[in-house]
Amino acid sequence: MKVLIPGPLLSYTKSREVEAAGATFAELLSDLDRQYPGIRFRVIDEQDRMRRHMRFFVNGEQVFDLARSLRPTDSVQIVQALSGG
Amino acid sequence: MNIAGENGPMAAGRKKAATTKRPAAAGRGAGRVLALVATRKGAWLYRSDASRRSWQADGPHFLGHIINHLVLDPRDGQTLLAAAKTGHLGPTVFRSTDLGRSWKEAAQPPAFPKLPEGQKGRAVDHTFWLTPGHASERGTWYAGTSPQGLFRSEDGGATWHPVSGLNDNTQYRAWMGGEQDGAPDGPKLHSINIDPRDPKHLYMAMSSGGVHESTDAGRSWAPIVKGLEVVEGFDRSNLSFHDPHCVRLCPSNPDRLYQQNHCGIYRLDRPSEEWVRIGKSMPKKVGDVGFPMVIHPRDDDTVWVFPMDGQTVWPRTSPGGIAGAYVTRNAGRTWQRLAAGLPEGQVWWTVKRQAMTADGHDPVGLYFGTTSGELWASRDEGSRWACIARHLPEIYAVETAPLS
Repeated sequence: MKVLIPGPLLSYTKSREVEAAGATFAELLSDLDRQYPGIRFRVIDEQDRMRRHMRFFVNGEQVFDLARSLRPTDSVQIVQALSGG
Repeated sequence: MNIAGENGPMAAGRKKAATTKRPAAAGRGAGRVLALVATRKGAWLYRSDASRRSWQADGPHFLGHIINHLVLDPRDGQTLLAAAKTGHLGPTVFRSTDLGRSWKEAAQPPAFPKLPEGQKGRAVDHTFWLTPGHASERGTWYAGTSPQGLFRSEDGGATWHPVSGLNDNTQYRAWMGGEQDGAPDGPKLHSINIDPRDPKHLYMAMSSGGVHESTDAGRSWAPIVKGLEVVEGFDRSNLSFHDPHCVRLCPSNPDRLYQQNHCGIYRLDRPSEEWVRIGKSMPKKVGDVGFPMVIHPRDDDTVWVFPMDGQTVWPRTSPGGIAGAYVTRNAGRTWQRLAAGLPEGQVWWTVKRQAMTADGHDPVGLYFGTTSGELWASRDEGSRWACIARHLPEIYAVETAPLS
């Protein structure tokens, strides 16, 4: 599925939009990390919590649970919050 | 990183010069210096000429990243590690093996173990402090994090592993306190010092949490806080009330440590376990609060501090708007002000705990970075200061290394 990447993570993907796969949001993040090593830890901490200033959306709906299921036709957005300093 | 290994490794075998008031030149003279400057918005490398008068800027590296520490490995003179995060992205460590020409991210940055579902595990907010390991352990590094955690790498900073003997110790976890019990931007583990005679002998400090020693490479730890004061009205037997700002081991005498604490300046001469407050002889109107502590590379009686206003609401600015370093050349009995070249008044910046350091030349060069983004240097042990750079972001750390 298509994943929209925010500016701060372009150093990993070199592209605003990438392809990644997974039956859940957690699997999708694992696939992104396999393709772009290190990217997951910048947005999810070691306790599998979403980092404070990152937001995740599937088809425009915010995701709070890494176990959320995904379909291949879904569209995913990773967004940095308007915060951070 | 100090050329003489302020944190220890390169100091192995150096002859103690404790009785020398002003060590005579021994062919060291001046030489080119690399100054590594870590800021709230990126990192800069400054390279000097042989006289240390002229400096070339190289940067920014990682523009927009919060760089808490940038350190060169004195064992190879090539490997740089940078502790980084951004306002939005999680913490990581970047590595360069060509003095900053190219960078690669650590494959496994410092991170606490994942706890089972339902248990509240800790997460590294940022890596705060980096210390190269002992000279005999090439590729080994230590990192201190916020919240307080100690991590070790044995592959030049590519992968990091928690030092469980500290991080999982229930007594230590209690002393570390919660997120509200530390420095304003999070409680920290810092001041990792390695005994140049023994790679298993470590010191570290926590803000808050006190000063601690390990003689078994971090498997077990014991506090060394006797003699240290805490804020009035608090119980000094409770380690979580101790706030050591910066602890340094003397490169020329590993049995001597100095400390700038939240409550004064101290010296410790092992095997004693009792710190002696040496800041009481500072001028009363200046006081003995501050963050950095810099030790002469060859004289364990000579240290420099940079006082800060720690009264009332803790402004963390130059006391009375007047900036100046202070030096003692007799292990803390007397202090002299060193402010020639600095602005004479209305100075409201200060110097953070990693933002002042020395080089290994003779006379020693001193360097400090300010919270207002100025980089200052002295080619003569603080007798006269000159500004190397202005208009940088807030400076968090300054280290030096010799350039060939």
